Amino acid sequence: MTNAEKNRLKDKAFQVFGVFCTFIGLVILAIFLIDILIEGLARIDWDFITSLPSRRASRAGILTAWAGTLWILVLTSVIAFPLGIAAGVYLEEYSKKTRLANFLEVNIANLAGVPSIIYGLLGMEMFGRVMGLGGSILAGALTLSLLVLPIIIVTTREAIKAVPRSIRDASYALGASKWQTTWNQVLPASFGGILTGVILALSRAVGEAAPLIVIGALAYVPFVPTSPTDEFTVLPIQIFNWTSRPQADFLVNAAAAIIILLLITFILNGIAVYLRNKWQKRVKW
Amino acid sequence: MLSESVRFFSEVSIIDFLTDKQWTPLFAEKHFGILPLVAGTLLTTAVAIAVALPIGLTIAVYLNEYSPGRFRQTIKPLLEILASIPTVVYGFFALTVVTPFLQKLIPSLAGFNALSAGIVMGIMIIPMISSLSEDAISAVPRSLREAAYGMGSTRLQTAFGVMVPAASSGIVVSVILAISRAVGETMIVAIAAGQQPRLTLDPTVPIETITTYIVQVSLGDVPHGSLEYRTIFAAGITLFVFTFALNNLSFWIKKKYQEKYD
Repeated sequence: MTNAEKNRLKDKAFQVFGVFCTFIGLVILAIFLIDILIEGLARIDWDFITSLPSRRASRAGILTAWAGTLWILVLTSVIAFPLGIAAGVYLEEYSKKTRLANFLEVNIANLAGVPSIIYGLLGMEMFGRVMGLGGSILAGALTLSLLVLPIIIVTTREAIKAVPRSIRDASYALGASKWQTTWNQVLPASFGGILTGVILALSRAVGEAAPLIVIGALAYVPFVPTSPTDEFTVLPIQIFNWTSRPQADFLVNAAAAIIILLLITFILNGIAVYLRNKWQKRVKW
Repeated sequence: MLSESVRFFSEVSIIDFLTDKQWTPLFAEKHFGILPLVAGTLLTTAVAIAVALPIGLTIAVYLNEYSPGRFRQTIKPLLEILASIPTVVYGFFALTVVTPFLQKLIPSLAGFNALSAGIVMGIMIIPMISSLSEDAISAVPRSLREAAYGMGSTRLQTAFGVMVPAASSGIVVSVILAISRAVGETMIVAIAAGQQPRLTLDPTVPIETITTYIVQVSLGDVPHGSLEYRTIFAAGITLFVFTFALNNLSFWIKKKYQEKYD
């Protein structure tokens, strides 16, 4: 075999290896999803969704868990979205390129890399102890807001950056103030991008368990929370709790709860992808 | 957080903290050596990177040099799914599927171990390495690739002789960010890696990571203000220092090398 033939053979071999690597992750994911579906699907019925947690696996349900998840989602949205979008708009449209702005920028990017459990410690000390919120829904939502703020700020800035200069210039030429330009032109034009980021941030918040465990969310909450100061649990914590029990019946429960959690995550991600494609197509400058 | 840690270090000397080989703050005989937790964290991270780096880099090279453009556009969002799955779900996967499977291959494998947690964590961070590395490789100017082909190189020789070295700073950044992600990962190791702090490099026995320890204490009822309570802040600070250093290193590399070709 000549050298050229050898090299071509290696080239082909790597191509096969490339296909293999590309699909191995997805194949493992598929095996896993099928495994979960086989184990958990039969367990899902109306009772499972509407029952309170119980010490007996066959009677336990996820009512308090998904109610808690819903509470957290709504409160986190209310707290994090206005703050994150406002910060993104400020950094992109208003702030001057000073050292402070540069410093803030680096720090926001840095915050996005901080492990979520650190946010939990921060939230427990700041919201739980200092503000006296304890392990309440509000403390959890505030903590998760801190966690997703960097994501929202970064995507907002990127969406705003994509709006061309000419749109702003045209608005200024008509005598609009900076605020009028931002509110009437830049924000509507970048709405799709911002919304995508916001939904991705939500889907991140839905799956978080670690920071909420640290602030003191409980695995066993025998009632549905009715106000932001109530104690709570969320789906990922319920799954964690059931997974770490030795009885096999609880693993079935965990698999069933995972199906529900994945459904929520995939729906949120699907919406984000759909919006991104839709706005990319419609907006052409 | 800092003030709680300061109070911790006023009771436990920092030298003990860094050099003691045992971590038993919840036992009667207390030792506060962070080393076993750091070792556990580094062990799971090393396994994860050993899984994710070869696969992720191969995917990046394959998508850039071999695959047709449309295939890349469909496969990238699919790979991103791997990163969007909640980590508690991966933990369940590691404990109920990967560990039993590995136990067939390695009979001595414990029920909780660093190996399966690390492998699953590696699968989770594949898209992180593959997509950042792919961006880095596709940022290499066309002319370099064409020069390599002009010399008669195969695609493989072009990829690993020219493109990967040229994109090395971006690839290193992606690996550092992946390491930082793996170091801070909590739920997978809390479920699948065990809760026994020990100073070992053996991935088949139960260990405990920094993050798992924080979860373990949070789940128990350790009274607020006690020394045990403060240990989680000391552990948290250690973790923060690790990830902060890694993230800043990646920034620095990005800044220093990004405009090489402009």
